[in-house]
Amino acid sequence: MSFLDSLISGISLGSVYAIIALGYTMVYGIAKMLNFAHGDVIMVGAYICFFAATRFNLPPLVGILVAVLLCTVLGITIEKLAYAPLRSAPSLAVLITAIGVSYFLQNAALLLWSPNPKVFPNFFLTHAADGTEQTGLELGSLRVSYVTLVTIVVCVVIMAVLTFFINNGKLGKAMRAVSEDKDAARLMGINVNTTISVTFAIGSGLAAIAGVLYMSAYPTLVPTTGSMPGIKAFTAAVFGGIGSIPGAFLGGLLLGVIEIFAKAYISTQLSDAVVFAVLIIVLLVKPTGLLGKQIREKV
Amino acid sequence: MKKALSLMLALVMVLALVACGGGNSSTDNGSSTPAPAETSTPAPAEAPAGVQVFKLGGTGPLTGGAAIYGQACANAAQIAVDEINAAGGNVQFELNYQDDAHDAEKAVNAYNTLKDWGMQVSLGSVTSTPCVATSAETFSDRIFALTPSASSTAVIADKDNQFQMCFTDPNQGSASAQYIADKNLATKVAVIWKNDDVYSKGVYDTFMAAAPGLGLEVVSDTTFQDGNDTNFSVQIADAQSNGAELVFLPMYYTPASLIFAQAKAAGYAPIWFGVDGMDGILTLEGFDTSLAEGVMLLTPFNADSDDARTQAFVKKYQEKFGDVPNQFAADAYDCVYAYAQALEASGATADMSAEQICDLMIQQFTTMTFDGLTGDGMTWDASGEVTKSPKGMIIENGAYVGLD
Repeated sequence: MSFLDSLISGISLGSVYAIIALGYTMVYGIAKMLNFAHGDVIMVGAYICFFAATRFNLPPLVGILVAVLLCTVLGITIEKLAYAPLRSAPSLAVLITAIGVSYFLQNAALLLWSPNPKVFPNFFLTHAADGTEQTGLELGSLRVSYVTLVTIVVCVVIMAVLTFFINNGKLGKAMRAVSEDKDAARLMGINVNTTISVTFAIGSGLAAIAGVLYMSAYPTLVPTTGSMPGIKAFTAAVFGGIGSIPGAFLGGLLLGVIEIFAKAYISTQLSDAVVFAVLIIVLLVKPTGLLGKQIREKV
Repeated sequence: MKKALSLMLALVMVLALVACGGGNSSTDNGSSTPAPAETSTPAPAEAPAGVQVFKLGGTGPLTGGAAIYGQACANAAQIAVDEINAAGGNVQFELNYQDDAHDAEKAVNAYNTLKDWGMQVSLGSVTSTPCVATSAETFSDRIFALTPSASSTAVIADKDNQFQMCFTDPNQGSASAQYIADKNLATKVAVIWKNDDVYSKGVYDTFMAAAPGLGLEVVSDTTFQDGNDTNFSVQIADAQSNGAELVFLPMYYTPASLIFAQAKAAGYAPIWFGVDGMDGILTLEGFDTSLAEGVMLLTPFNADSDDARTQAFVKKYQEKFGDVPNQFAADAYDCVYAYAQALEASGATADMSAEQICDLMIQQFTTMTFDGLTGDGMTWDASGEVTKSPKGMIIENGAYVGLD
């Protein structure tokens, strides 16, 4: 496997981590809580899109929209039912609740959709003149799949939109205020509950998009699909500096590239060990992650 | 007001999920068919004189990630028990399958539930890790166990009353190497295996031990593990660049389906050779079966076989559960019939203790020959390992076809 092949492979894997990490980091950045159920919302989004496309024969774009819509509703519901009542509880309680929600979603999916794997349809292909399906661009001996290109473009767009949204406009300002100090924000007349709900709505909508793109790249869909990439993406978010939106993108890409390089040049058995060793080193040198904000504790 | 709103949202969500799942019912088991979970067949009412009703129990993952295997076993065992009871022979069963969620600790709890219920003979556990835990219990409690599908050697090692219906993992590895060499399929071989899985490693180890002696050269040896099982570009490229003509895949079919798709995208088309975990790949919903065209595997059961018993079983299973049964189902079905044969021959009675039955069963299983769906003329040695010949299969036009 040539260096360039590995790089492309790494970017394709990393772009998936990045798009999941964006949702993690956005919720953490504003609500200051780790939403471990994020990976499972991704799974639900993927299932909804799968059923929309295969059972109801909706066009892919409509399927994705339905998935985004339902996941947004799901995100708000989870937030209202599970997290909002714990607003003043210690953060550990919320963390455990999030893990509980994650398991709830997994098992609900098992019950509803059975454990049998389903193969996600590939939306990103073109038909060549002779009618054969093409799933990627061929550049000499190199091959880049359309899904990878789409994922990277979508990542960049989401990143730009989120950054713009948070830095401009009333709701964005409210989000930043809530993230800095909930109580002070409340005193300033900001509705903290609504703001956090909106954050979850956006995060879950993003999860649906991530789910569709993830499944298009790696198409085996099972109820536990979301859990491992969720953890990897969380790692990517920490790597890039949790709370930082560009950091999640950078962290995701780097994690994917390091993983593939470790597999290609060191050992397939050790790849995860290498990835996490790099993470430890980065965190030792820069405890807030690559692009994390320096937080000075005021005494 | 807020509460009412959130409740309403929850309701909408649930309805939406159910609507999505609803369309599923015609092709899939699990969502709409009655779940096999933790149900027990009531003993036939007022059994006539001479009829012995034995309490048969087992644990398996009826929920969780491995539920496809547990449900297959529970469903098939239920079919076998229903058939045997309906036939009205002297040996009849009361079946009780408990959920272990593919977890060793839960399996022991489930086993204790079965013991309290009065289980006399056991179907062990469906998957290896829980079965290693429950087999230690059945061994010390002197309850005879015949597992349909827990193939790890640790399940039967040093336990005189633990038997297997499936091949042990090592058996599959050496049998595969032998088969590849005998048929001159390839000399340069690549192996991709899952290094955090006892099943995959067990097959891999014996394959690697047998390969050199048979003239097979392993040119590429790569792994993956949980959480690292989506991108196989490196493993495929390694096999391709080292010129492997055949890639051996000792793994379950879920990662294999991704490997096939990614190899096709990379323009690599070796001979693919799998083991029994590959069985089921054609039932993957939405899977492009052309990707699996030409895949070879060794498996003891073929749902498309012409054999009359197999066809009857497949038909019944499809009617009841809406799915084509896999090898796990066939193994569980065979287990129940093997018990029926052994109990009948030994003259055991339902009022005997589990320990008395255990001694009779050890004696029967080590001497009897059993013909089932997964092979004719099966025998067991004292270690509890089964001897039956695996069948070579190839996938052609989206169906399994016997090779020999």
